[in-house]
Amino acid sequence: MDDLLSEFLTETSEGLAVLDVELVQLEQNPNDQELLSNIFRYMHTIKGTCGFLGLPRLESVAHAGENILGKFRDGDLEVTPKAVSLILECLDTIRTILEYLEANESEPEGEDSDLIARLNAYAEHGESAVGEAAPETEAEPEETGEVVAFDDAAAEDQPVEEFEAADEPVAEEVPEAVAMAPVPEKKPAQAANSEAKIEAKSGGDSSVANQSIRVNVELLENLMTMVSEMVLTRNQLLQILRGQKDSEFTAPLQRLNHVVSELQEGVMKTRMQPIGNAWAKLPRIIRDLSIELDKKIDLVMKGAETELDRQVLELIKDPLTHMVRNSADHGLETTAGRIEAGKPETGKVVLKAYHEGGHIVISISDDGRGLPIDVIKNKIITNGLATEAELETMSEQQIQRFIFKAGFSTASSVTSVSGRGVGMDVVRTNIEKIGGTVELNSTEGKGTAFIIKIPLTLAIVSALIVECAGDRFAIPQLSVLELVRASVHSENTIERINNTPVLRLRNRLLPLVNLRDLMKLNAPDEIEDPAAETENKSVSQTNTDQDGDIESGEGFIVVSQVGSYSFGIIVDRVFDTEEIVVKPVARIMRDNQMFSGNTILGDGSVVMILDPNGIAAANGEVELAEESGDTTSDRHASQNEETVAMLVFRVAGDNPKAVPLGLIARLEEIELDKVENSNGQNVVQYRGQLMPLVTMEGTGELKTEGRQPVLVFTDRDRTMGLVVDEIVDIVEERLNIELTSKSVGYVGSAVIDGRATDVLDVAHYLTLAFHDWFGGEASDSFGDEEASRLLLVDDSPFFRNLLQPLLSVAGYEVSCSASASEALQRCEAGEKFDVIVSDIEMPGMSGFEFAEAVKKESNWSNVPMVALSSFATQKDLDRGRAVGFIDYVAKSDREALLGALHEALSEIRGAA
Amino acid sequence: MTATTQSAAEPAHPLNSVATQEFVTFTIADQLFGIPVLKVQDVLSSYQITRIPLAPPEVMGSLNLRGRVVTAIDMRARLGLPARDDDGESMSIVAEHDGELYSLVVDGVGEVLALSAKTFDRNPPTLGAKFRAVSDGIYRLDGQLLVVLDVNRLLDYGRAVVAAN
Repeated sequence: MDDLLSEFLTETSEGLAVLDVELVQLEQNPNDQELLSNIFRYMHTIKGTCGFLGLPRLESVAHAGENILGKFRDGDLEVTPKAVSLILECLDTIRTILEYLEANESEPEGEDSDLIARLNAYAEHGESAVGEAAPETEAEPEETGEVVAFDDAAAEDQPVEEFEAADEPVAEEVPEAVAMAPVPEKKPAQAANSEAKIEAKSGGDSSVANQSIRVNVELLENLMTMVSEMVLTRNQLLQILRGQKDSEFTAPLQRLNHVVSELQEGVMKTRMQPIGNAWAKLPRIIRDLSIELDKKIDLVMKGAETELDRQVLELIKDPLTHMVRNSADHGLETTAGRIEAGKPETGKVVLKAYHEGGHIVISISDDGRGLPIDVIKNKIITNGLATEAELETMSEQQIQRFIFKAGFSTASSVTSVSGRGVGMDVVRTNIEKIGGTVELNSTEGKGTAFIIKIPLTLAIVSALIVECAGDRFAIPQLSVLELVRASVHSENTIERINNTPVLRLRNRLLPLVNLRDLMKLNAPDEIEDPAAETENKSVSQTNTDQDGDIESGEGFIVVSQVGSYSFGIIVDRVFDTEEIVVKPVARIMRDNQMFSGNTILGDGSVVMILDPNGIAAANGEVELAEESGDTTSDRHASQNEETVAMLVFRVAGDNPKAVPLGLIARLEEIELDKVENSNGQNVVQYRGQLMPLVTMEGTGELKTEGRQPVLVFTDRDRTMGLVVDEIVDIVEERLNIELTSKSVGYVGSAVIDGRATDVLDVAHYLTLAFHDWFGGEASDSFGDEEASRLLLVDDSPFFRNLLQPLLSVAGYEVSCSASASEALQRCEAGEKFDVIVSDIEMPGMSGFEFAEAVKKESNWSNVPMVALSSFATQKDLDRGRAVGFIDYVAKSDREALLGALHEALSEIRGAA
Repeated sequence: MTATTQSAAEPAHPLNSVATQEFVTFTIADQLFGIPVLKVQDVLSSYQITRIPLAPPEVMGSLNLRGRVVTAIDMRARLGLPARDDDGESMSIVAEHDGELYSLVVDGVGEVLALSAKTFDRNPPTLGAKFRAVSDGIYRLDGQLLVVLDVNRLLDYGRAVVAAN
């Protein structure tokens, strides 16, 4: 049911109930002006809302009633029982119409001219009119009386539809009621249900109604505050208890603990409301929008029953409405635009809500045009938010995030719908204010999705308690990703670039902020001597090699995330996590964005709650930090695009050799006296099979005693061992291959770990072990089919040389191109391929662009493409799929590549 | 409606004409001050105060008063007086302003005095700006003067901060 209508129905039925009572009171105290104006106001509201909702019949009845009340108020008419019953009659008619409305969502046919006439006559002539109208009125009461009888019954029973059957006999007795009978019978599905509940609350007559009561929100809020305090006191008590052994309070405190927990949960539940309440107005908004903008819009809402704290709900309501409106207005194309783009006429806005570990995730997605990168770029430049050069270095996502900046609207013209000064920046601020995050995922032409993550409740949050320079702080658990203990002796060492601390964390450079500096806790402090000492230390901190210096190396790092920007906060100590009640900061501190509040801990002390958002912002503008943080990591990644883990080993001399680690299945050590000779080949029993052993060129015969390391290569059910002298290391490095593969068995040599290293041509040795290693496989895969033609596009000679033999022995006829443009020339030249394997990170045209170009070219548009990259994030995968790659394979993962190719080709063949 | 409200408005407020008013007195740097007793919620002797980093200098920190967070204000700093050089115990007066509790840290809290309006004087125009901004006037007591502090102006930080800048 229309939300406005249902709200109106609820309000009006409540109003009518009040009117009934008050009219009767008025009858007894005809001179009570306050009562009268109250009554008048109610009636007036009903009338006004009817007009607003377009309910003419109801409006005219209410209007006539209001007329009389107006005359009462102005003293033109006296309040007489006759007049009151006339107005009550008017109320009953309103009620009847309301009930019909509730069931059918439209006004009943017909009119109430008779009643209105009598009401008007009374308004005109007062008591005297009654005389004239008397015969009529006399006749009517019976009729109206019956309707009233039915109405009453209906009012009681209809809300609870199960009672419908009991209602039937009554309905049959009353002719008018029969006309109304469809009311209870039509079950407007869910809407009626919720309606029924609302009604039941106000009805107060039925048994169901007794099961729920209306409670003032303020009362609930007070309860919540008190429970929060109780939780704190309990925590305090527990803390004291922990310090005492064998206390007689242990048992009762445990009980108290449980009871308080349950109480807290219970009170929290009373505050929970389905998120659908915040959505209720959206269908109406979308409907109006679709008319105004002449778009066909389908609003899909999922998970409306997901519950969250009403305080959060209130705060999220407006941002949500705004975002949905935005999606419909900016996101979706016009109908014509959609047809042009080959999309279904009706645009879709999907709203989804679900729980995810203490949070609510709400996503708003549309299948519209997506965020236009170029438009955003222009806007960024014209607004001076960033320079063109800066934009060049940013990823699409970073650029898209600019829409969350103040004063940014992508709609070039401000429609009545959007552009009311509530920009996405306000949305973001509002969401972040309640400890939530909003992320954005948009593909031009495909649509946009916003993902909002908000805490279930604001009142009590779980926080990590940390200490720095003797002061304790709380950090909301929500924004804590992980804790890292840094010390000089562990692998996690804080390093410094020009005094800026950073931490290497899983191949990423994590920017660090020292809470001590941030909070200016180093400021001279007479209270504590250690503080002064630490100050001296921090001055001499520049040299990380200083050992034994607590400040330089030891400490805990709280890794936090704000949006997509993660950073570490250096603290001295980390305590427990504690459930805390967030209290607002005193007004005097409110300008300080570092704190989101303060709280009282279990031991009774006050601590400040750190706001990671504010810290990120204070630590260089958040956006810049965010962007540059991401850019550096991206650049980092792209520089590392050719980084491969190489296994370095030694065989036949000092010259190190290397082989991509990805190709090796296992490292083993074999006992040489177990080596047997079979058919002129060295073999060893390995995992119940005979594994051929291959030696490198120039190593001569195997020794007969001792142990020797073996690199094991596996493929399907075949295994091969390559005997080496010594395994040196695994090195991850960017490869610079000097192509000098003059000698058989080497792809070339590269500088690895500062030494010239020969890179092994694995394919050569594989075929040494089994002459049919790849051949058999190829025939397995494709039977008698002729070899599939494969185009390999990769700028790196190393990979071309590594993959070409691998692929050709796998049964493909491989052609190589060193760049995307070269490949496109081949396309124009009319060469034909069955499948294309392309690198992503290439100078000039990237793999993504190449794929886009290929998909547009008619020649190759049907050729399946597999992307190859050494760096694959989910986003890359998505992007790859979007531009037309059927699969995305990590470089040097031969299995995966062959699998992907096999799949690609069989799909094509299957389709053919 | 209008008829009912008319009667309540006019009668002169009894408090306006009252001859005496009660003040909680306290000293800061040997100067006697007073705050209307009705404004005072509590008087505390030494209390554990958590310092708040990055706060303005007059904010000493916050403390927990029966489950409520109270912001402690160093009255010496607030009034532009030098920090205390002796190690004497300080006391504080808790007052509510705009729904928030503040604890005014002073040198010592004295008795509650009922002071007659006859001994009241306006601020001398020569009084320093910091004092004038927060003082309502002066009571002439025997042997000393009492400065009446206006809690609202004292704690109206929005304005104070603007003024400071």
